[in-house]
Amino acid sequence: MLIALFADIHANREAFEACLAHARVHRAQHWVFLGDHVNYGADPEWVVGTIMDYVSAGSTAILGNHDAAVAEPRSIMDSPAQPAIEWTRVQLGAAQRAFLAGLPLTVEHGDILFVHADATAPRKWNYVTDRPDAVRSLRATKCRMTFCGHVHRPATYNMSETGRLTAFQPVTGAAVPLLPQRRWLAVIGSVGQPRDGNPAASYAMLDTERSEITYFRVPYDVETAAAKIRQAGLPEILAERLGWGH
Amino acid sequence: MAPPWLREGTTIDGFLIGDLIHQRGMAVIRKVTRPEIAMPMLIKAPSLFEGEDSAAIVSFEMEQMILPRLSGIHVPKFIAAGDFPAHPYIVMEHIAGHSLLGLLEKLPLSYAEVAVIGAKVASALHDLHCQHVIHLDVKPSNIVLRDNGEAALIDFGLSHHDQLPDLMHEQFRIPYGTAPYMAPEQVLGIRSDARSDLFALGVLLYFFSTNLRPFGDPRGKRQLHQRLWRDPIPPRKLRPDYPAWLQEIVLRCLEVDPTRRHPTAAQLAFDLSHPDQVKLTARSERLRRDPWSAVIRRRFNPDAAPSVFKQAVAAQISAAPIVAVAIDLAEGSEALAEALRTTVRRMAEIVPGARFACLNVLKQHRIELDSTLDQEGQNKHLKRLVELKHWAHPLGTLENQITFHVLEAIDPATALLEYARANAVDHVVLGARTDSALRNILGSVSGEVVAKAPCTVTVVRPPRQDDALP
Repeated sequence: MLIALFADIHANREAFEACLAHARVHRAQHWVFLGDHVNYGADPEWVVGTIMDYVSAGSTAILGNHDAAVAEPRSIMDSPAQPAIEWTRVQLGAAQRAFLAGLPLTVEHGDILFVHADATAPRKWNYVTDRPDAVRSLRATKCRMTFCGHVHRPATYNMSETGRLTAFQPVTGAAVPLLPQRRWLAVIGSVGQPRDGNPAASYAMLDTERSEITYFRVPYDVETAAAKIRQAGLPEILAERLGWGH
Repeated sequence: MAPPWLREGTTIDGFLIGDLIHQRGMAVIRKVTRPEIAMPMLIKAPSLFEGEDSAAIVSFEMEQMILPRLSGIHVPKFIAAGDFPAHPYIVMEHIAGHSLLGLLEKLPLSYAEVAVIGAKVASALHDLHCQHVIHLDVKPSNIVLRDNGEAALIDFGLSHHDQLPDLMHEQFRIPYGTAPYMAPEQVLGIRSDARSDLFALGVLLYFFSTNLRPFGDPRGKRQLHQRLWRDPIPPRKLRPDYPAWLQEIVLRCLEVDPTRRHPTAAQLAFDLSHPDQVKLTARSERLRRDPWSAVIRRRFNPDAAPSVFKQAVAAQISAAPIVAVAIDLAEGSEALAEALRTTVRRMAEIVPGARFACLNVLKQHRIELDSTLDQEGQNKHLKRLVELKHWAHPLGTLENQITFHVLEAIDPATALLEYARANAVDHVVLGARTDSALRNILGSVSGEVVAKAPCTVTVVRPPRQDDALP
């Protein structure tokens, strides 16, 4: 089965649409949304509505820290996330807020774990940015493969049976074989706010039969997405950084 | 120790296990058959060791990832892989041919034989490098000459794939390789430079042409590191009749700093196939090793270590393309000649690592096939070479990047295309035929080359070509 993995969409409709279309062309059969569907971007209502449609058709969505913040009005985020989260909250209807509030922190699917951040304590939202983080997260689950987001930069890690860890920067379009004798953690890049210097939207496709993951970069209309952020009166930095991919 | 399920006569996933081919070091290899597959096949499984992740297991994992992603005649065809925990194996083509190991008792080989074998291996390496893989264990036992004469590389257990996790590198910080053949940077643990394979091939060429290994068979880290500062005995010292061009090629391959070697395997193959076009430097003349004072300076000078820069294999190759420039001296106008030179200058400026093979096709007539043998034919050939050099003269300092070749053929387009294929040419540059009437009658060489070339083609026209207007 081909599973399209989307993380950190961040209410960026243009990027999300481009990735959905790309994944359809590449024959995705199942869809997983790894959290942080909203905040920062100008289209939270459309993005959450779309994810709700996918979920009601059988797809999987996970809770991210920004989604949790929408659902929890007393939570305080750093600037510029805080003003944006307040704006986002107003944009969403009650049903959408309830949908976000009801999302699970983790979902296990056979030997696969879907989680937004470090699996050790999903609600603590720790980043998996280096080898020790990856070792810790992999040790926190029995699942052979973990897929997460939160970092906004693509990366893969694998651990041998004796606990030796290998890190690898995936190459766009080149399938990485998820050798069955190893345990894997794949950090999917961000759809709506990439931070690795490449402004193109990032997502990945998991082929469960071949046990391979392929990372893709999809160009989208950054100017429109940025213009909408400015139009909504959201902090300028949120519009600007889309163009840098940082 | 061989895994118990890998015994002769047992069947695994439909494959009937046959004779033992090899059981040494990291792997066990046996013949294998399956009724519906006619191709001769091998099964390869890691030797089993207790405890830690052994290098045998990890190198097997590397090959398990790399081999299915390779294609072409220069590698064994991948057939199947087993389930890892229960039956770790790879089934692949058993290449019909001979390992270069069989040549060891005939050493030294003739210089011509060494060049032919070297060019074939370099072409195979170029094909591998184009598929993002650096072999890192080039040695006679890992090279098979197919029955059709092409070289194939086997055993990718120590290889590096640019687009896959490098488990060998991450799990074993000590370098793996075969001591006599390892490049200096590989000895230092660097696995990402395609030119490490050119060093190993240089060791092989040296060995095959002198019957001596340039760095012996070192044991232990201290001996292995000596190649970082101690240069090998120049082959001419060992065999006084050693040709200058071959010494130039071999010692260039054995340079400590990869940036001083051939930039790509394709360029090395090119030199080995065109001995008369090898640019000779002081290397080719050398008769003794460097004095101890120089060796000691290198030994204790940290700046003398090989340059290290991480670059994808594809980028390494594209930084040093082979450009074939076809020059039609017979009818080309001076304006076209200048336009071609301008194109070459621009390319050399953008890609300083490019080399330019200037080609001219000496047309043969079917009825006079042997005319090249007579004096007139030789004169014609020589005249064309002189004219080609005259064309290139204004390019001045680019001289060291340019070689000259007169091809003799009945059909110019076919000759150019064959040349491009045989020499792994990356880019063909040629002038458009200026005379539109002639083009209508004879057809366009550039048109055919554009349509059929295995690479990028640039068709050059001079800025104002009035006769091309309708």
